[in-house]
Amino acid sequence: MPSNRQTQPHFVAALEDTPIAAIDRLDETEKARSTWADAWESLRGKPSFWIASALILLIVIVALFPGIFTQVPPDQNCLLANSNKGPEEGHLLGFTRQGCDVYSRMIHGTQASVTVGLLATMIVTLFGLVVGALAGYYGGFFDAIVSRIGDIFFAVPTVLGAIVLMSVLPERTPVTIALVLSIFAWPQIARIMRGSVLSARNSDYVTASIALGVSKFRILVRHVVPNAIAPVIVIATVSLGTFIVAEATLSFLGIGLPPQIMSWGNDINSAQSSIRTNPQVLIYPAIALSLTVLAFLMLGDAVRDALDPESRARR
Amino acid sequence: MSQTVIEPVSTAVRDENSPLLEIRDLEVGFQTQHGVVPAVRGVNLTLYPGQTLAIVGESGSGKTTTAQAIINLLANTGTVTAGQILFEGRDLTTLKPKEMQDVRGRLIGYVPQDPMSNLNPVWNIGFQVEEAIRANGGAMSRKAAKLRTIEVLKEAGLSDAEDRLKQFPHQFSGGMRQRVLIGIGLSARPKLLIADEPTSALDVTVQRQILDHLATLTRDYGTSVLFITHDLGLAAERAEQLVVMYKGKVVESGPSQEILANPQHPYTQRLVAAAPSLASRRIQSAKHSVAVDTDVSAAGANDQVLVNRAIEREQAAPAKDLISVQGISKMYRIRTKGFKYNELLAVNDVSFGIKKGTTTALVGESGSGKSTVAKLILQLESITSGQIEFDGQDVAGLKGADLLKFRRRVQPVFQDPYGSLDPQYNVGNTIAEPLLAHKVGTAKERQARVRELLDQVSLPWASRHRYPSELSGGQRQRIAIARALALKPDVLVLDEAVSALDVLVQGQVLNLLTELQTELDLTYLFITHDLAVVRLVADNVCVMQQGRIVEAATTDEVFDNPRQSYTQELLAAIPGGNFEFGR
Repeated sequence: MPSNRQTQPHFVAALEDTPIAAIDRLDETEKARSTWADAWESLRGKPSFWIASALILLIVIVALFPGIFTQVPPDQNCLLANSNKGPEEGHLLGFTRQGCDVYSRMIHGTQASVTVGLLATMIVTLFGLVVGALAGYYGGFFDAIVSRIGDIFFAVPTVLGAIVLMSVLPERTPVTIALVLSIFAWPQIARIMRGSVLSARNSDYVTASIALGVSKFRILVRHVVPNAIAPVIVIATVSLGTFIVAEATLSFLGIGLPPQIMSWGNDINSAQSSIRTNPQVLIYPAIALSLTVLAFLMLGDAVRDALDPESRARR
Repeated sequence: MSQTVIEPVSTAVRDENSPLLEIRDLEVGFQTQHGVVPAVRGVNLTLYPGQTLAIVGESGSGKTTTAQAIINLLANTGTVTAGQILFEGRDLTTLKPKEMQDVRGRLIGYVPQDPMSNLNPVWNIGFQVEEAIRANGGAMSRKAAKLRTIEVLKEAGLSDAEDRLKQFPHQFSGGMRQRVLIGIGLSARPKLLIADEPTSALDVTVQRQILDHLATLTRDYGTSVLFITHDLGLAAERAEQLVVMYKGKVVESGPSQEILANPQHPYTQRLVAAAPSLASRRIQSAKHSVAVDTDVSAAGANDQVLVNRAIEREQAAPAKDLISVQGISKMYRIRTKGFKYNELLAVNDVSFGIKKGTTTALVGESGSGKSTVAKLILQLESITSGQIEFDGQDVAGLKGADLLKFRRRVQPVFQDPYGSLDPQYNVGNTIAEPLLAHKVGTAKERQARVRELLDQVSLPWASRHRYPSELSGGQRQRIAIARALALKPDVLVLDEAVSALDVLVQGQVLNLLTELQTELDLTYLFITHDLAVVRLVADNVCVMQQGRIVEAATTDEVFDNPRQSYTQELLAAIPGGNFEFGR
């Protein structure tokens, strides 16, 4: 080693500038935060979350208590004299071709749409979650069978499958539509859950739990599922909107809800004939449909951001 | 020193006595949800041509951020908020992105930390090296670029460089990849090479080869090197100048020998005292001389405690083995093509015994089979042949209630304190889980036990509501230890339990483990790649290589008088192992 190199003076920082803390002491002043509390913290700061929530709350209230919003009966006292008439006092959005109040029909149609959406989402999520978790966790023969059955259903487009099934069903109610949609939609959730469980199953904390003597099923319920569920929640929120659209599609095609049950899809369908003369009949239920779907998509987006582990890590 | 052939690219000949790199009052902040968080707070350092300078610090000390700020590799949220970075008198912080591109690679080379993820897996090695050469060398014919590529790889110490051009990163070992990265970093003969923990992911013996080679290269080219490392021993061995950083500030800087021989700042003193490669020598000498400085270095006092305990243990050791491993082997079948299998003998005829209340260390480099042995003993994998006895009972193939009983008595602590705790569980529930799983006590009794355990690992009762993401690595590892102790086991299997921790925290956890051992009469199987740590805690050592135990003896024997050449190699490769440190 040459010695002609420059050596720098030995510098020591003043202790008051660089106070050293006790090694690895817990900061007791901070508040405890779980994953969910963290997610809530993130959601709370997002305007889109609040807008979506407010919209959804409004939609749910409308669906439950349409009477608060309108006293006009939607399908009685429809006078043909009012056919395709424009807005007037007490009938803000005008009349349909049959002379019924557009606003009232829109309000009353909420219930069927929201019921189908919620019901289908619940069935799909529960079934997909259980099946996907079991398949991913236990693997083997059960996994192979379930995954192949899922693939078969996955290959059939949901709406196409629903069209075929609906056309042979004797009775068409919101419940049957939800069931039919669920039959073709569960594999998506099951797949996501399975993949998510597969990665959670191989984590160190699961190995640690096995070595601690925790039973296999208990590990699934207590460790694997809670850590794997986040993507499913996101997809479920988003798919709620798509189920509502699917119901509208089926009703529009005339094989969804029967005409005597009011729904946005039915109204859009019957508005077809007067689209040139009286477009508002089509536009208002369509807006209601779009807003509802938008609200759930926005909520899904916000929830995804809040639960995404990568964006969490950056916080 | 052989000042040789190659002239630096730049023709501007500057005075040998003017600094190559001078950082003045550098401040870097990161934009977060809660405003700007400072990561580097007023750093000063000077590097002269041909010099090697090491920045030493724990994780989060700002050492990497400082290095990244030099060539502006900071993440999007990070910005230099104040100060200057003068490179040959030019302030790098004021450069436009285009100008900075010209500085990177050509004037300042960079060797990143992780050789596993810093080569693009879809391009072959030749392409990646050539890319770097073209980016920095201007116009060049294809043939010339290829020849230069081969030259660069040869210089980096890769044999058969021509044949390797077409190979892909996954066909290279970690050491070979790091050589490629060093080759890329030095390909344009930069004046300064920034090496960010260049060997932290590698085994010690490989680390030594790489660093030796790097030192030769940079000396031949007259390149200055800025080392970033958490390893004090490595810094002492490889750098003339040392900068110790703590929480974004420089606490001490100067000639490395002087700093390590005579650390002035309490933090540096703490660091020097805790560095296991250094302290491991201390234990040996402390046995003879009782004089231990006590004022600032709490760890020094603990060394003495460790020694006393070791002596006590030696005297009180009972004759019978608690765990006895006889000729165990583990074969893995790896599917190759179609239905063919390759057989891999991960553990090959391994035998050893552990006496109650003692610590046996299983040491080896990656792939030596040490962790597989741990899994076999923990009954997480089944053995292919041989026998494992625990307390006189054969444990292979235990089922149901018997297995549960075994698990109660033999508990693991895993390497990764970030992965081994369920992120959805708070501390209280995590520690209580084994109690619940084995249906021990009432809810109230369990809570009392959690309190006792938290106390044992010196964490406050208030921490029971915390989630793992809020805790530091050391705190998480203490939680993992508390969880393992919940059922009052006889044996703890510690699989690289302190490897991921910073030195100070590592020292703290090792002290905790030793205290718990005497207090609870625990038996440890300590699996590690770090021989320096072994010296601090183990009574017996088994050195593993390629699935076999090559040397087994008491710790003193192995360290003072290693018989196998492999053990000698391992010992020689400990950075700073043969360096004289004062305290």
